[in-house]
Formats: sequence, C-alpha cells, structure tokens
Amino acid sequence: MNQIDVSLVDWSRAQFALTAMYHWLFVPLTLGLGLIMSIMETIYYRTGDEKWKRTAKFWMKLFGVNFAVGVATGIILEFEFGTNWSNYSWFVGDIFGAPLAIEGIVAFFLEATFIAVMYFGWTKVSKRFHLASTWLTVGGATLSALWILVANAWMQYPAGMGFNPDTVRNEMESFWAVALSPMAINKFFHTVISSWTLGAAFVAGVSSWYLLKKREKVFALDSIKVAVLVGITGIVLSWVTGDGSGNQVAEKQPMKLAAMEGLYDGGNGVGLVAAAILTPGKQYNDSQDPYIFKIEFPKMLSFLANRDFNSFVPGINDLVKGGYSTPDGPALSIDQKIEKGKIARAALAEYSVAKKANDTERAADAKQRLEANFDHFGYAYFNSPADAIPNVPLVFYAFRVMVILAGFFLLLFIVVWYYSAKNKFANTPWLQWVCLLSIPLAYITSQAGWIVAEVGRQPWAIQDILPVGAAISNISAASVKLTFFVFLILFTVLLIAELSIMLKQIKAGPEKIDEGNEGY
Amino acid sequence: MDRIRSFPDFIAMYVEGFKNLTWGKPLWIIILVKLFIMFAILRAFLFPNFLNSRFDTETEKSEYVTKELTTKSY
Repeated sequence: MNQIDVSLVDWSRAQFALTAMYHWLFVPLTLGLGLIMSIMETIYYRTGDEKWKRTAKFWMKLFGVNFAVGVATGIILEFEFGTNWSNYSWFVGDIFGAPLAIEGIVAFFLEATFIAVMYFGWTKVSKRFHLASTWLTVGGATLSALWILVANAWMQYPAGMGFNPDTVRNEMESFWAVALSPMAINKFFHTVISSWTLGAAFVAGVSSWYLLKKREKVFALDSIKVAVLVGITGIVLSWVTGDGSGNQVAEKQPMKLAAMEGLYDGGNGVGLVAAAILTPGKQYNDSQDPYIFKIEFPKMLSFLANRDFNSFVPGINDLVKGGYSTPDGPALSIDQKIEKGKIARAALAEYSVAKKANDTERAADAKQRLEANFDHFGYAYFNSPADAIPNVPLVFYAFRVMVILAGFFLLLFIVVWYYSAKNKFANTPWLQWVCLLSIPLAYITSQAGWIVAEVGRQPWAIQDILPVGAAISNISAASVKLTFFVFLILFTVLLIAELSIMLKQIKAGPEKIDEGNEGY
Repeated sequence: MDRIRSFPDFIAMYVEGFKNLTWGKPLWIIILVKLFIMFAILRAFLFPNFLNSRFDTETEKSEYVTKELTTKSY
C-alpha cells in the first residue's frame, strides 16, 4: 500500500478552501445585489420616477465592480481539480461534464449578452427590454450557481450515477436524479436565498454610510427600504431552506449532523444545542463530557432531523458502533463499512487484473463483489473509525456562528424596517453605525455556512465512496504549498483592487440627476 | 446611436459602450490582466492537467487511476 501524504492532502485542501472562500466573497454579493438592483429598476419601470433609475444605476455600478473582480475566480477551482485532484476528476468526470457544460454555455451567453444591454443600453432599448435584460443578467448569474451547486450536492449525496469499473469513472444514469436530488434543490435555494441577505446587508450598510455622512438622504432611505424587505424575505426563506438542508443532512450525512451538534451519544428526543462550549481535545472513544456547558432546546434536534420530537438521532459514537435502527435495517458500524470498502477495493483491483487476462468469469465475479459493496468503497482507505470523523469543534462553532448571525440580521432588518417605516431611520445614527459595521458580519455568516457544509462532510470528497486522501494527485506537497502562496498574493492584490475601486465609487456616490451621464 | 433595430445596431451598442467607458475602464483592465495571469501563467506553468500531461490515452489514464485507488491507504 502507498501511504497517503497527509501534508499533501492538507495543502491541497487548504488551497481549495482558500480559492473557494475567495470566490465566495464575490458570488453572494453578485446574487444579492443583482436582485436588489433589479427590484429597483422594476420600481422605476412601474413608476417612471427617475430617482429609482438613478438608484438602480448606482447599485449596478457596484454590481459591475464586484462582477468584474470576481468573474472567472471560480475557474481556478477547475485548474486545481485537474492538477491537485486528478483522481477525483477522473472518478467523477462524466457526472460533472454535462451540468458544467450547460452552465458554461447558458450562463455565459445570458450574462455576456444582457449585461452589456444593462450597462450600455439605457438609451438604446425600450425600458421594458432593459428591465428584462437586467433580470436576465441576474438570472444568468443565478443559473451559474445552480449547476455548480448541483455538482456540490452530488458530492454530498451521489445520486443518479453508476460506477463503471472499465473506465474507473462514475457515469450519469439519470440527469434528473442528479439535477433534482433533494440535496441539490435545498442547497441551491439555501445558497441563493441566503445570498440575498448578504446583498441586503451590503446595501443597508453602504446606504447608512451616506446617512452618517449627511449625503444622498433620499437615495439612501429608498435603498434601505428595498434592502430590508429583501433581507427579511431572504432570512425567513433561508430558515425554511436551511431546515430542508438540515433534514437532508440528517438523512444522508448523519456524521455531519452529529458534528454540527457536538453530539457524541445520540438517543431519542435529542435537544438542539443553542449555545455551548465544547470540551477541548474530546475524542469519540473517551469518557469526557462533550460540553463544558450547554443550553439546548429540548427534543428539537429530533424534530428537525426526523419531524418527530421523540425520534432517534445518532451521535458520533452511535455511528462508529452502528447497530441502531434505520429504515434500511440495523446501521453498520464504521469497522463493518471499512471491511465492505476493502472488499470493494480488492474487487476493483481483481477486476482490472482479470480483464487484462481476459478471464471473463473472474472479472464477472469481481464486478459482482464490487457492485455489492460499492456504497462503502471509500471506507477502504481508513485504518480506524477516527478517520471517518470530521473536525467537530470547527463544524460545531461555524454552525452556531451562521445561525446566531442569521438571527441577528433578522432582528436588525426588522428594527431598520420599523425605523424606516416611521421615518426615523435618518435620525438614528447608532442604527446606521450598526448597519455599516454589520457588512463584514454578513460575509462571515455566508462563509461559516460553507465551512459547515464542506468541513462537515470531511473526510469525503464524495460521500462514502471517495475520501480526500484518495482523491488527490500524486504530486509533491511543496508544489501545492508554492501555488497556495501564489494564490494568496494574487487574491490579496485583487481584493485590494476591488475594495479600492468599490470605495472610490461609493465615495463618488450616485450620479447627479442633471448630469445625464450614461457612460460606463 | 439611436434605438437598436437590427443586429448591427446591437454590435454598435457594444462598440460604442466600450469606446465610452469611464469608470468601467480599470475594471476591464483588471479582467484582462487577471485572465492573462490565470491562463498564460498559472494554467500554463503551475497548473498542468496531471493526467493529460502524463498519459496519452484514456486507457492509460484509467489504468493509472485504478492503481492509485487500489493501492493508497492512510
């Protein structure tokens, strides 16, 4: 056996995380700000009031800055797949090929065509066509998110595929099973809708800055009115879709759910941890109390996971030991899964040898064993149950950061909406400061959500069938380390460029009404 | 230019728009520099496709990945 280079795995993961997190600074603002500016232009279209055109155009300008700096940053992830994650790329190639090709074609043409009309076409097309172009630009951006999220959801719950041992690739058996898996649908809506909240926080924060500077009062108050309604809608719907995601995680990724809750010993009628401090250094097989202290909502985890207040929710120890009841029969222990994984892996090796030797009978027998145990193929790489457990504290705290900040934003938007409806917001500088200082919190909320999703599913690149250690390329850790720092420098420079251009445009403010400036 | 009535008008809108760029100009410079760095430097020198750079045929690639998947362990 070749020992997996843990340092290589860590650097490859770190580089991917860095790139994805950087990419994710831009995407949610594109989606959220896109919706808000489209609503503003819709108001302009319906009312004919020029102030809404001016308002929409200013936010389109910031949308453009964000879009320009962020565009193509996701392509770097593709580079990394090919270089650092070649086993993974080969293994899943046929699953991702179709959705990503559709994304490339449809989204590119939608965005490239209509973004130009959105910026250059104010006086060249009718108001209706311009409005349609704005919505189609945002629609194209959202469609881009759809396909990459379908791909991500497939990695969390590999549905609609079959493994072909001849090519050593997963092949799509049902496009619709991949595209419409409940995991994909929940992930798409949760991700897109939560991005609306980030856009709303951004608009409310920047508008508050104008009020604090005693500038652009009407513009700022109008912008805030739209932003808080989008923000409230976004958070409420994010909770609905988040609940759906949680339900899917309970069913398909119980280890992730256990990590999110720091739950080592499950049971019936399990409570949802509202706040807690975990015991540092806690291991799955020791006798330490997992929590130094905790506050919980009784029986809520059981309800959220299974829609039954008294249902059983497995903890990490239950998942390790197995034996509890599931709809498919008694749960397997991790050791049993490792055994099955090893049978599957040995069968793949034997199939390969038998095929080369033209030994059809032996190949057929190996293939049968492979197919019977393929669901646990990835466990073959583990030496002990500990290898199958994610970083519990990181997932646990990231989940609480996301949920607590989401609650904070709901409260903030409701308060701002109240003050705004009573025409008091312009005279409430403390609330304007809160809005302004909350912009980074919106990004932290969004990033925390991805930490829960991606760290929570570790060690899997593809749930149950390919761990990250087997997914990486056989390259040197030093080369990945080098490119990690190259990216770090590149991303930092780009981020500084974005922030400086963005701040310059914010300081310049919306164009004056009598300027009639259509230039971009 | 007046309202768009034909495809050439549509193209002219692009041309005119790019000619009259104001605040958008530095953004396009950033986009072009970024794409150059990404494809001409990073892709070309630091991110070769691992399998394509080592193997010519699909069979060779699948045999290599089979070996990788069946011989690795933590």
